[in-house]
Amino acid sequence: MSPAVGFQDATAIAGIAQTAFSKHLEPTEAELACTVIVDACADAGIDPSEINALCSYTMEATEEVDIVRNIGCGEITFFSQVGYGGGAGCGVVGQAAMAVATGQAEVAVAWRSRKRGSGPRPWTSTSVQLRVPGAWTRPFGMLRPVDEIAMLTRRYMHEYGATRDHLANVAMAVRKHANMNPAAIMHDKPMSREDYMASRWVSEPLCLFDNCLETDGALACVIVSAERARDLRHPPVYVHAFAQGLPPEHQTMVNFFNDDPLTGPAWACARRLWANAAFGPQDVNVAQIYDAFSPLILLSLEGYGFCKRGEAGPMTEDGNLEWEKGSLPVNTAGGGLSEAYVHGFNLINEGVRQMRGTSTAQVDGAETCLVTSGEGVPTSALLLRR
Amino acid sequence: MSNAAAFSGGYVANLGPSEEGYLMPAVDEEGGFFWEGTLVGELRIQVCNTCGKLRHPPRPMCPSCRSTDRGWKQVAGKGTIWSFVVPHPPLLEPYSSLAPYNVIVVTLDEHPTIRFVGNLVSGPEGELNEIDPNSIRIGEPVEVVFKRFRRADGSAEALPFWVRA
Repeated sequence: MSPAVGFQDATAIAGIAQTAFSKHLEPTEAELACTVIVDACADAGIDPSEINALCSYTMEATEEVDIVRNIGCGEITFFSQVGYGGGAGCGVVGQAAMAVATGQAEVAVAWRSRKRGSGPRPWTSTSVQLRVPGAWTRPFGMLRPVDEIAMLTRRYMHEYGATRDHLANVAMAVRKHANMNPAAIMHDKPMSREDYMASRWVSEPLCLFDNCLETDGALACVIVSAERARDLRHPPVYVHAFAQGLPPEHQTMVNFFNDDPLTGPAWACARRLWANAAFGPQDVNVAQIYDAFSPLILLSLEGYGFCKRGEAGPMTEDGNLEWEKGSLPVNTAGGGLSEAYVHGFNLINEGVRQMRGTSTAQVDGAETCLVTSGEGVPTSALLLRR
Repeated sequence: MSNAAAFSGGYVANLGPSEEGYLMPAVDEEGGFFWEGTLVGELRIQVCNTCGKLRHPPRPMCPSCRSTDRGWKQVAGKGTIWSFVVPHPPLLEPYSSLAPYNVIVVTLDEHPTIRFVGNLVSGPEGELNEIDPNSIRIGEPVEVVFKRFRRADGSAEALPFWVRA
């Protein structure tokens, strides 16, 4: 596998923005989307009329035409949507960067706006869930994403001897970082191991604090050429490499129907990502790893090559995932578990802040950051560098 | 997932839940043979008529030889528990009233990459919550039973459940 041609460090993230994160925000998803895109342009120092590429998730409710009519764009020459919910985020930014790197557009915006905190939970819709593959799983009471990931988690614990203490290490590390971040929903709520162990079950072996938050919020970022980024307000955050991954015989979220369900899309994505990069996992200073559920961090640490298969549990010990002494601080703004759950887009913006040197849990001298999207679904990842 | 509709393929109809409110499978063009089989007490797996490889869940093309010539074969329905979970609320009714209950994934003994999601029960009339979850172990041998349900329109459905072998 040879690197993607002409992509490495060709583009940079020049602007980021986010709304407040809350259980309930008054504005509509469309208003939040438009506001956050305009704010990201202001952060970059670029007028919204310059935007000519728009990229988001297939689950995004506000279509490109509505963004354009609201924020006053000119002609849009590239637009794309990436599927599979939480697997999309880095793919959205990566496709925007590809559009700029190949000259299809000059100013690309990627965004996600979602009222998940006050809106409906997708799993409660029985008309959608009973189609394939739901027909094979939902009648038996496997109703929610947490049940599906808990099934993989139990098997993982059985095969490798991982424990609830390891899951607690993940949840506590991420919470510690949220406690340092005033924008995080859990900023004022410390969590001890005792708190974790005493929390209620949601789907055994996963408890409440293995689950992400339910959040209203929106985020956006602006991608331009590396050359242009060097003339803008913030130091450029280069999009060093990007990959998407969909492995053979994969079944989204219910990946039980193949030879090795515990190696999911992260493995396929990682092979391409590292082939595209000039450095490897040992050179990553800080990581933002998709955490709709705490065990996804264990699977992703293995998939992206930070440890061998089955070794992610022990890798969480001794504060190894925590700012500031850990060998790989993860989700330094609090992630989906403790900052906000906006389909992982907050992980992207935190990766940018780490590379700018402005995180509330800044890793000293960090020059490289891995950002990942959801494991357990067709996924994507980005390598950012200063 | 929002993509569910996109890969539903030959989606035919969701005829609604059972009289008790249990979610029933929406039968698509590919899976029809399976649900016809459960009604007559047979566990059927899709088979490629060209290369003979089994695949589940059913789909139009064999990923090994790309043939669309497909049929099904009956299997013995003996397996082992690969993993299990114990859901707690919030859930949908009537599942929430039964919680905590078990959901298991079973690996078929005769075809170790063919797996089913189901429930461990004591017999074909069993409920999802009658087995003590603390007694369930990965690796336990199980065998299939078929529990019959009736929809409001009178149509019958049978789901594969599992009992300790």
